[in-house]
Amino acid sequence: MSDMTLSAPARRPLVLRHPSVLVFLTILALFTLGVTLLSEGAGIGAISTSFVKTLGKTLCFCLVALAMDLVWGYCGILSLGHMAFFGLGGYAVGMWLMYERTRMIVADSLAAAELPPTAQEISDGIATQIFGVVGASEFPPVWAFAHSLPLQLAAVVVVPGLLALVFGWLAFRSRVTGVYLSILTQAMTLALSLYLFQNDSGLRGNNGLSGLQNLPGLDDIPQSAVSLWFFWASALALGVGYLFCAWLVSGKFGSVIRAIRDDETRVRFLGYPVEGFKLVVFTLTAVIASIAGALYYPQAGIINPAEIAPIASIYLAVWVAIGGRGRLYGAVIGAGFVSLLSTWFTGGQAPDLVLGPLRIQWVDWWTVLLGLSFVAVTLFAPKGIGGLVDLAARIKSPDRHGADLGPDAGALREREADQ
Amino acid sequence: MTTLLEVSGVSVSFDGFRAINNLSFQIGEAELRAVIGPNGAGKTTFMDIVTGKTRPDEGRVTYGEKSVSLLSLSESRIAQMGIGRKFQRPTVFEDQSVADNLMMALKKDRNPFAVLMFRPVAADRDRVAELADEIGLSAALHRKAGELSHGQKQWLEIGMLLAQEPRLLLVDEPAAGMTLAEREHTTDLLKEAAKTRAVVVVEHDMEFVRRLDCKVTVLHEGAVLAEGSLDHVTRNEQVIEVYLGR
Amino acid sequence: MSKIIRHILFCLNCLLAAPALAQDAGAPIQELLQAHGDVIAKSSRKTIGPAIDALAASGLSAAQRVLERWQAKEMWRDEESGLFVFAEEIDRDTIRIFDPAGDTEIGAVADDGYKQLKPNSGIRGMIGAALVQFQLSAPDPATRATALDAIERDPEASHLAALRKAAGAEDDAALRTRKARLERLLTIRFDEDDAARIAAIESFAGDPAVDVRATLNPLIATRIEFAAEAPQGDDIARTLKPGGGALPRADAYALLVAAGVAPPAITRADKRDALVAQLRDGTVGGYRVAQLDTEAARDAAYARLAEAGRVAAVATDAEIDAALAAHVIFERFIGAPPAVALAARGALDAIETKVNLNRAADLVLDALSLASIYFLAAIGLAITFGVMGVINMAHGEFIMMGAYTGYVVQQIIPDYTISILVAIPLAFAVTFGAGVAMERLVIRWLRHRPLETLLATFGISIALQQIAKNIFGTQARPLTSPDWLDGSLVLNDIVSISYIRIAIFVLALLFLGLFLFVMNRTRIGLEVRAVTQNPRMAGSMGINPDRINMLTFGLGSGIAGIAGVAIGLYAKVTSEMGQDYIVQSFMTVVVGGVGNIWGALVGATLVGTMQKGIEWFNPSNTLAAQTYMILFIILFIQVRPRGIIALKGRAAEA
Repeated sequence: MSDMTLSAPARRPLVLRHPSVLVFLTILALFTLGVTLLSEGAGIGAISTSFVKTLGKTLCFCLVALAMDLVWGYCGILSLGHMAFFGLGGYAVGMWLMYERTRMIVADSLAAAELPPTAQEISDGIATQIFGVVGASEFPPVWAFAHSLPLQLAAVVVVPGLLALVFGWLAFRSRVTGVYLSILTQAMTLALSLYLFQNDSGLRGNNGLSGLQNLPGLDDIPQSAVSLWFFWASALALGVGYLFCAWLVSGKFGSVIRAIRDDETRVRFLGYPVEGFKLVVFTLTAVIASIAGALYYPQAGIINPAEIAPIASIYLAVWVAIGGRGRLYGAVIGAGFVSLLSTWFTGGQAPDLVLGPLRIQWVDWWTVLLGLSFVAVTLFAPKGIGGLVDLAARIKSPDRHGADLGPDAGALREREADQ
Repeated sequence: MTTLLEVSGVSVSFDGFRAINNLSFQIGEAELRAVIGPNGAGKTTFMDIVTGKTRPDEGRVTYGEKSVSLLSLSESRIAQMGIGRKFQRPTVFEDQSVADNLMMALKKDRNPFAVLMFRPVAADRDRVAELADEIGLSAALHRKAGELSHGQKQWLEIGMLLAQEPRLLLVDEPAAGMTLAEREHTTDLLKEAAKTRAVVVVEHDMEFVRRLDCKVTVLHEGAVLAEGSLDHVTRNEQVIEVYLGR
Repeated sequence: MSKIIRHILFCLNCLLAAPALAQDAGAPIQELLQAHGDVIAKSSRKTIGPAIDALAASGLSAAQRVLERWQAKEMWRDEESGLFVFAEEIDRDTIRIFDPAGDTEIGAVADDGYKQLKPNSGIRGMIGAALVQFQLSAPDPATRATALDAIERDPEASHLAALRKAAGAEDDAALRTRKARLERLLTIRFDEDDAARIAAIESFAGDPAVDVRATLNPLIATRIEFAAEAPQGDDIARTLKPGGGALPRADAYALLVAAGVAPPAITRADKRDALVAQLRDGTVGGYRVAQLDTEAARDAAYARLAEAGRVAAVATDAEIDAALAAHVIFERFIGAPPAVALAARGALDAIETKVNLNRAADLVLDALSLASIYFLAAIGLAITFGVMGVINMAHGEFIMMGAYTGYVVQQIIPDYTISILVAIPLAFAVTFGAGVAMERLVIRWLRHRPLETLLATFGISIALQQIAKNIFGTQARPLTSPDWLDGSLVLNDIVSISYIRIAIFVLALLFLGLFLFVMNRTRIGLEVRAVTQNPRMAGSMGINPDRINMLTFGLGSGIAGIAGVAIGLYAKVTSEMGQDYIVQSFMTVVVGGVGNIWGALVGATLVGTMQKGIEWFNPSNTLAAQTYMILFIILFIQVRPRGIIALKGRAAEA
């Protein structure tokens, strides 16, 4: 994808320069159409509504994996915090969904009272409904905009964007790189999830937000239809996101961020403000992750701080690594493949494996298999599943003197040894 | 000839070891200069200081007509002001094509958003082709840099430096590991470059320095030991002592 | 002569079974009892006092015994002669009686002629108080100590005199101190003389003991009152401002309402209910129902109803403010006379300062023990990170493996002391083996790809965690510490530290020493340092870096295993326990600086102190403490990106 065709007299459109984009978009469109035709909501009903939701959620995972690939596979920042941004997007949308739905319920119940409710009574009613579980009955300040969908949608972009901007600025400014940076992003994620676990964080502590699958005012519309809407929206977001990422990495910007991944000192001596580039990529991908989360959680129905815990972000890295980082379709394949496989195994659908007297139940042993296969992929197939494409296309990667595709700017010791 | 870079009274120490000791150095606007010295003389540290990688403990480094101090500027800012550096080991971006490498180095706005919106026009592509021709890599324009030979990588890096259009070029051991023919080519490249800008070459190899045919500065223990033509400095008693031992 | 007669009579009595005659009716104790005989028999709490006092004050040696028997309901009275005897029941109808004078047995008799004295609990208490003075001067120190314990548990006014009497004669120094202290405490509570109380209070200034505070606190009890004018008098503790933190505005007004000096204010809910009750044909107070969707409209409608006299008038906000402004609300001391209360408050303030100091000391101990846990957990990580540049995400799982090893050993060896002694080396061996295996199978092949190492070790981490879950289940397993590690070292009522924590602290010090010894004094340490600084050079000098890396990794993992046993002793063993420590361990390494044992030490101290320090400011919230600590560390990295103890020099400039 990196080839910049200079000999061509005029630049051809992006999709022609990178056939993989066209292939991907076609497959995505066919997939969306196929699922729609097989769904309960708009087709013959071969795919259950819950599976449509699973597929829709998987598409959201694919989108956040794209973001992860951009920041890690292309820019070399192994962020263990992108699932936190994903969760923040979910919280932002979830707050409106929960507020609006509760408001309708409260308004309905108060409408039956003798006197028409005052604004205060409605607000108190909603607050009691929402915060009763954490023993509060007043709206915390973070809910100031929860009544407005546009403002909460803006929050999907602004809140994770700002957090990423501030965190990234602090981290990159002090030239923290490599594993140090990964640990720092992990700490940020842990801090955020611990904060949200508190009851006085204003976001219902470990209860999280629930009932998000019910769209306010649309109670009459069956979930089979709603699930399709979200499926389409997720597919659209993934398509647009893919196109955007492909555009981003195809030009000089992509060239520079890959150069930063491979040798950021050298890029600095070329005159590029490395920290600025990293910050742009980090923030941009945080926003993409947040948008993916905003689409995911209405399909999942519930969000709680456990979803933000560092482990989720590490799984995200696992998906991208298994799919093959440094290539956009790799991230999508990895996220789709691993998360669907995970659903299949942990859902108890996989048949038990009988090894003589041992009976392996996949519900228990899937995580072990995932962990070990992840080690195996790292060791034996660093290019992941996407490497199969290279094998098929007989692309040979250049000899990079043992340093495999991937960032190692953080190899503090290696650098010291090189001095 | 006006002075482009002036380093005066610079000292830096690592853990008590004085790598640079009250070093003063000047170079004019279109000058080729060779810096020689035994291992540990502070040649690389000197370059690190000029390019902003290492902050000196004391001293001044000023650059350009307005005598801007470089000490508080970031590496990228210094590079943008027109100081280019070539490392000892060839460092090109091996995962990307020769054309991509050169395109990245072209003198353009380095701001992330400008880079994001940048799309090469015909003039840019012509310039890349021209540079490739100059460094003898026209045929390899679309090959990945990682596939090039060691010498070709050195040239690509010099080409990238030229693409930056720097006013001051710092070159660290450009001839290391090159064949004789390649050395000659490199000498020509550097001499050509020095016609329009200042070039500082750090080198061990006396033969190579002789071929450059320029003023030579000898560093020893972090300070200037001697300066002048190669013949002049090689006759210097102290220099002989330092190079050959007592 | 009379003796002989008496003896004969006694024998006769025995034969005739008329034992009352055998009693020494003239003994002083019996006479004393007889003097109060009716009162004692009546057993009324109101009147019994003088009788008990007389017995207690009699100075008779038998008095104590009488009181004890009486209290134990073992004293009976001969209904005929009125004489008192001790008795124990033999069966339903027969009792064996004793003479109170000498506690000599008289014989078994039918209980028909005797009436048992059954003092109620109140009287028994009074008897007990009277007995205290005997116990306080009992010859056996243990009895005296028991008596002091009893007083401390449940002090009474009457104890004070007894204590004062007994204090002088005490010859055991420790008991004398206790008695004197108790006497002062009782003086504070019960003495009639204010000057004596104040003197006693002042003698306790700065004593942080719980009993002192418990004694002083009731003295400064206050009651909230109000008056039109600012009150004079030294029993005013302070004046209160309505709406301040100590007295919410609604509470202040409720005070006025309760005293009947102000009309009631009602809540919004009550107002709404009142309006609903007055609802007629869709209107109320001249307003249509649909209009009543704001508080202002409801207030107006209610006011109109009040004007019409259909609902009680209520205070408006302005009236409430006026009423509050017209009164001064203050607290009056009710627990003690003002001078005593003020002295108590002064003493409590002084004690408070002392208590805070002690709490700080306790906090420092807590922080130290937390720091030593973090140090133990982080030291292995610091070694592998420092020597090999490898972040081992499975480090937490090695801690868990160590803890489970300890658990399994305890299942096999029931003796806790032996099992711990076996578990520690075994845990080291198990995790050392696991570490070496991991290094050989995975990490070696990912040299110089630190991010991939991080992810691969993470894969191992989730696999190990799930395997532990599959084997041991999800519930927490106990790792029981031996008896000699139970309990705490108590310095005073505030400062204490459990022996386990001390043991962990010692263990941490031990490891620090061991590590320093190995690194600086042994061949292997020399080789490790060589490989750390320059692996290629070390390799060319005949050191096998692969072997060193393997050993280093094993060592780091082995220490994690031992840390696991230590942590398991005071926390529960679960498959997720490693995760609880891994981030803090990373923080420790990051803050302290890489590749340096002192860095890990300083980092652990800082992280532990910080966490405890933040908890001190916000004690209810451990989660918040962790959040703020992590934020602090992120900011800390800005100032010192390479940690507190950073490698300096050219190498670190890269």
